[in-house]
This record gives sequence, structure tokens and C-alpha cells, in this order.
Amino acid sequence: MSTAPALAVHELRKSYGETEAVAGITFTVEQGEVFGLLGPNGAGKTTTVEILEGYRKRDGGDVTVLGVDPEHGGSALRERIGVVLQASDLPPSLTVREVHRMFAGYYDRPRDVDEVITLVGLEEKSGSRVKTLSGGQKRRLDLGVALVGDPELLFLDEPTTGFDPAARRTAWELVRSLRALGKTILLTTHYLDEAQQLADRVAVIRDGRIVKQGSPAELIGVAPKVEIRYREGGHDVVVETDEPTRLLAELTARAVAEGRELDSLEVVRPSLEDVYLDLIGNGAGES
Amino acid sequence: MRLFLHELRNQQRLFWRNRESAVFVFVFPPMLFLLLGAVYTGESEGFKLADHLLVGLIGYGCANTAFAGLAITLVIRRESGVLKRIRATPLPTVTYLAAVLFSTLWIFILQTLVTIALGLTLYDARGPDNWLGMIPAVLLGVACFAGMGFGITALIRSAEGASAVVNLIVLPMAFLSGSFGPTRKYPEVLRWLADLLPLTYLIRLLKDVYLRGGSFFGHPKEIAILLAWGLLGVIIAWRRFGWEPREQ
Repeated sequence: MSTAPALAVHELRKSYGETEAVAGITFTVEQGEVFGLLGPNGAGKTTTVEILEGYRKRDGGDVTVLGVDPEHGGSALRERIGVVLQASDLPPSLTVREVHRMFAGYYDRPRDVDEVITLVGLEEKSGSRVKTLSGGQKRRLDLGVALVGDPELLFLDEPTTGFDPAARRTAWELVRSLRALGKTILLTTHYLDEAQQLADRVAVIRDGRIVKQGSPAELIGVAPKVEIRYREGGHDVVVETDEPTRLLAELTARAVAEGRELDSLEVVRPSLEDVYLDLIGNGAGES
Repeated sequence: MRLFLHELRNQQRLFWRNRESAVFVFVFPPMLFLLLGAVYTGESEGFKLADHLLVGLIGYGCANTAFAGLAITLVIRRESGVLKRIRATPLPTVTYLAAVLFSTLWIFILQTLVTIALGLTLYDARGPDNWLGMIPAVLLGVACFAGMGFGITALIRSAEGASAVVNLIVLPMAFLSGSFGPTRKYPEVLRWLADLLPLTYLIRLLKDVYLRGGSFFGHPKEIAILLAWGLLGVIIAWRRFGWEPREQ
């Protein structure tokens, strides 16, 4: 095994008509690493991933996936990657085992089908038709089908969107177990906690650009501004500051000197969610 | 070759497992033959009407299987994301399309045999006069209509509209081209319209080979027109065919 990065993306660009979906993105993912692309809907995550998967041509920049340009990787590259798409169905009239067998047949060295079904926790459903599965079970089927070719590199595009909390926990456990198997994983998500739980490193992406990149701890370490709020003369006053201690001392000193009371005085420290929303531009991409 | 056979088996399993498509594509043409054959009696051009109907409905079956059925299946697979998902696997595009094509051909051959068997047993219809000539005729028919099927798949936008669009094409075409009985008493304008349609030429070719024992290669005009229609479909597909859902 070489130590070349599993994914190398340099100044990647892609436009749809006038809209620049990806506006110069650079990152690398080492082998065995779980890398998270975190951002709101429409930030360019899926476009980036679909370029890496070989679905789209880029307009500019350099990309290598397992050392190969995905535009020209062909079947040899697709032997080595696994893909979970954001929205795609599998043949509804086949059973879980039949779908796994169907896809296993496309690869030179597939994994044992029953082993994969057990890995994704569908062993009790292996004889059931795909159309009878619940939403969460269908997502696990997607994952099983992505794993059946025994890929080195796995793309997971919003793997838990629409899951209930319990199903998300299960999915997270599964991703962790894949990491333990030494798989490289590129994961997109718009959930901060998901990136935090799963990724070794995270890139926060907004409007087609990476606005912050680092380990989850480093991201949270971004010094958040603290808000000081109070009421004065019937108005709400909100002051943002990096130095809450000094500002608070000044404010209160002045108020005491003038014999005033600062009504409803509070110091608010932003939550993780606020840090993230701040990075992506004040919840520009709610939903 | 291993991949092709694997995918051919997948295609067959998918076809027969889906009741609706199996009934619509496989059962419908022989069923029409069964019904129409029960009410049509008499002769035309020296052959029993049951003979005309048998050959005409083999032609309809070809358009229904290779054009309508193929297009509906492919549009549904495209819109549901199955095609996109398969694109991410090492299965080559050519292998996939070849398996789809041969699976369609196999279904049509079975259907034709069932229709002929029904004709022989129930309506005392003729068997093929030129068995050997039927082979290239069936291949040409499937090639022509499958080509058009790939073409129309590229033009249809939604899964909901697929079956309406293809049936709006196939049923009038089958009627005009003589699938449901001889057309010599049709008004002139309808016969003129029929002369534009590929199914007219397939049925003409099949009738000569099946009923009169004519040679397949004695029909260069029919062969050329069918190939041209098929090619037109392939060209449209080449330029417009997509693997990803249109509605995104």
C-alpha cells in the first residue's frame, strides 16, 4: 500500500450555467481517514462528491481519486470505490439478498453477500422485497450494496438525512466499524453533530467554498463572539465582543457611576450550533 | 461475457418479478390475439383472418415489447435512480445495454412462440411457412423498435408520463399498420399515414415470410426503412440519453 492520499482535490470548480456551484475547493483525504464535508443544502457538497464519483465533469482544478482522475477512471476505478447516493432506489421487486447478489456480480472480488447483509444489520430482512423495507432499512440496503464490492474508498452522501435519532446512532456505529476496517470515507452531512461524531477532519463548505477546515475540536475552538444583552431606555441592546470581561466591566462601571440599573443583563456564550451557523453565514441554508 | 450473462439473468429476474410489466408486455399481445381471433372470421387476400391477425399481433408484440415495454422500464429505472446507481459500479455501459436488449429479444421470442401456439391450437391458423426467414425478421423488428425505445426514453421526462406517451404512439400505430386486421378497406388517408410507420413494413415483411414463405432478403425496402427508424432512435438516444433522474 502506498501512502499517497486517497483523495486529492485542488482548486476544484464547477458551474451550472451562471451559478458557480463549486468555486475553488481544495482538500486531501488520507488513506483510512474519515473526512466530512459539512454545509447547508446547496453549498456544493453533492456536486463535489459527484465529481469525485465520476458522474460529472469538472470545469477546472485537479482531482485524483485513489491516484486516478475520476473522469477517466473507468471500471478499474469503480472496482475500488463504493457509493451511497443521496436519493436513489434499488429494484423494488427484488429481495435484499437478490439486490446484494446482483451488485456483487458486478465486481471482480466481491465480499460474501450474507456477511455484508449481517454487517448492515439486515439479516432478518434478507428474504424481504425491497419495497417492503422502511426508510431506514432502505438506507442500510444502500450501504450494503455500496460495501458488497469491498471498496477501499466509500462515498456517503448525507447517509442519515431523514433518520430518527435511534437510526442515526445505528448508522454512526456502522460508519465507525467501517473506519475500524481501514476504509477511507468521504461523508457529506448538514448535521454538525454527525461530522463531529464521525469525521477525523471536517471541511465546512458554503457557497461552493471551504470556509473552515480542521479536526472537529479545532473547528469548535474557533473563538466565538460572546453577546452581552441588556435593556436601556426601553430598547434592547446587544453587543458582540471577543473580550466579554473587559466590556462587561466597562459597561457596569459606567452604569454604577451614573446610578443606572442595566435591566435584563445577560452574557450569552454561543453554542456549537451557533459557531457552525456563523461559519455558514447565519443559517443562510436553513432546511 | 460473465458480466453479460450475470446482467442478462438480472434483467430476466427483474422483468418476470414485476407483475405489471410482465402482464402488460408479455401477456397483452397474445391475449388480444385470443380475443380478436374469437370474433374475426372469414378470409382476406387468400388467407384466413386468423392468419392475418396472428402475424399482425406478432408485429404489435414487437412494438409493445421492444419499444413500449423497454422505454417504460428504462424511464422508471432512470427516474428512480437505479440507472444512476448502476453507473457507479464497474459494469460497463455497453454490457448493461446489451443485456437489456437481449433480455427484450428473449421475451419477444417467447411471446411469439406463445402466440403461434395459440393460433395453431385454437384458431387453426397456419404455422410459419419460412421458419428460417422468421429469425432475421424477428431480430430486425426488435433492433428497430428497441432503437426507437432507447430514443423515446431519452425524450420522456417523467415516470408518470411514460406509459401514456408510448401507448399513444403504439396503439394508433398498431391499428394503422394492420396489427388488428387487414387495412385494405381503411380510408385512403389512413393508409397513407400507415405508409409512414415502421410497423407497417415489419408486418408486411412478416406476412410475406410467415404466410407466403417469402425470403427475408427479398425485401430490401422494408429492411432499409426499419433500419432507418431504428437508427433514428439510436441517434436521438446517443445525443439525449441520460442516466440520472430528469426531475431533480
